[in-house]
Formats: sequence, C-alpha cells, structure tokens
Amino acid sequence: MKAKVYITPKAGILDPQGLTIERSLPALGFEGVSNVRVGKYIELELPGGGDADAGDKLDRMCRKLLANPIIEDFEYELIEE
Amino acid sequence: MPASPQTSAPPVRFGVVIFPGSNCDTDAHDAVRTFPGVRARYLWHKDTELDGLDCIILPGGFSYGDYLRSGAIARFSPLMDAVGRFAGDGGLVLGICNGFQVLLEAGLLPGAMQQNQKLKFICRLVSLRVENDSLPFTRAYSKGQVIKAPIAHHEGNYFIDRDGLDELEANNQVVLRYCDEDGEATAAVNPNGSVSNIAGVCNREGNVFGLMPHPERVCDALVGGTDGRGVFESVISRVTSGAEL
Repeated sequence: MKAKVYITPKAGILDPQGLTIERSLPALGFEGVSNVRVGKYIELELPGGGDADAGDKLDRMCRKLLANPIIEDFEYELIEE
Repeated sequence: MPASPQTSAPPVRFGVVIFPGSNCDTDAHDAVRTFPGVRARYLWHKDTELDGLDCIILPGGFSYGDYLRSGAIARFSPLMDAVGRFAGDGGLVLGICNGFQVLLEAGLLPGAMQQNQKLKFICRLVSLRVENDSLPFTRAYSKGQVIKAPIAHHEGNYFIDRDGLDELEANNQVVLRYCDEDGEATAAVNPNGSVSNIAGVCNREGNVFGLMPHPERVCDALVGGTDGRGVFESVISRVTSGAEL
C-alpha cells in the first residue's frame, strides 16, 4: 500500500519561503496570489496489503518523525494498489 | 582513585556526544579541558553507558546531515534514550546549536526550531542578555549581564506558541536573549526571527539547557573572547559544591 504525506507549516507560523514566492509572482504577471505555503511531500510504501491499521500507523509516523506537530501540519493519502 | 595533583576534589566528568555529522565536538571537549579538575570523554551516538558523568554536552554540527529537520533523526540514536534517562534523574545536559535542536526534537526542551527568517546561514558574534542566573549553567553570570558569543546556524529561529511562551516566562525558563550592546532585546538585533529574541531555554527543572550561540568558541582570549567560560565554570562549581538544583 502506498502513501502520500503532505507536510506544511502550521497556520499562523510565518513561512519566509512561501512569502518570498508570493512576492515574486506579481513580477511574472500573476497578481493576487495569496497564502503561499512551502512544505514537504513524502511518498512511502507500507508493507503488506490491506492493513487495517495503515492509517493509524501513518498517523503515528507523522507525529513522531515525518512532521514536527509543534510547527507543522500534515495530511496523508493511502492508495490501494 | 588517587586525587589529581591540582585539586583534592574528585574530577568533574563531562561527556561530549558525537553524532554522525557533529562538528563542534572537539571544540566542546577542548574547551572544558581548559578548566582544572575536569575530565572529558567522547560518547558515540550508539553508546548507552553514561555512568559516572556529571554533564553531557550535545555539540553543534549537522547530525545525520540535518535530514528531514535539524535534530529529527539524531533524537532516535540509542544514546538519546540514555540521555533522556540521565536528564530525568537530574543529570546536567547542555545542548549547543545542533545539540539544542536535538533536545527540542527529543522533547527534552519545549518549542521547535525553524529556518532563519531571512533564510540565510548566519555566522557572527552576537550580544546576549542573561535572563536567568540561577541555573547550574549560568551561576557564574549575573542577571541582565550582556555577554558575547558567536552564532553559526541556518535553523535558529526558535518557535513556541503564546501559551508556551507564557509558561516559559512564568517558570523563568528563558535563559538567554539576543540583545544590543546595552542589553536591549529589540527586534532589530534579533538575528533569526526567534520568538521574543530567545537564544536559549531550559527545562522546567533547570537541568537541561539548550542555546544556539556557541559558548565553547569563546573560552580563550586568543580566539575571540572568554564570555563562554561562565557556562562551564557554572557547571563545574555546581558539581564540585554538590549543590542541589
């Protein structure tokens, strides 16, 4: 089973990378773009098929290692093959 | 064991951790050894035996290449379990720069580290105001004293939420703040965007201390100054006096 994990800076936390990108876009003619947030995208493959606990495992992986819940939010998708 | 010739007191024993990618371990080791009556040994990240040590130093560097987040992988070293138990038993733990980041990721200190607000690696001497002079790491200083030490980091932007900051303040856990030469902690002298100009914090019990500046690099007048010596002096006098926290 594959998983896609998306990690972004928590709402309210200043994201200087996002801000820099946001400020660059008007120079290219893309006006009005807001709330640019730069995060991480992690792909991974979970062992076995149809693991009922996969979501729970992934959630714990995110909390313990993949994201730092103090400054980051995470979302994930599980993809059945 | 026979007493060392310089002093009749038993030696103060420091352990300096080496993670793969640490690069300030020798600086820290050599800095503490400039004090009489000190023994220092290196600890490999796979070591789990910390018996007999008085203070563990987690040095600066780029442990595990700073992959994922600074300190995120190092906290899972076998040694860090032992450091957690050591700290839990009241042992003194000092995290410098990357060592501070590891302590944050390990949850031994509150808060988290982000990239510097201007997204640049900063390497320069900064002024720091001592906010808490009653810790085993800061007794050689006085509250409000301004000291100088270098910073050298890309991820030193300390973050803690509003409630967390209130708790830090209420428990006197903010130990150092970035300030100007007169001791004013203004936004203009905040090098990295840290919440409330915070450069160093301790745990609630006061036996775990993390800071972004490098006190070990200002322990010799020949190479930049001696303002960092107070951190190690404090630890040594705390251990030799046998004082409780």
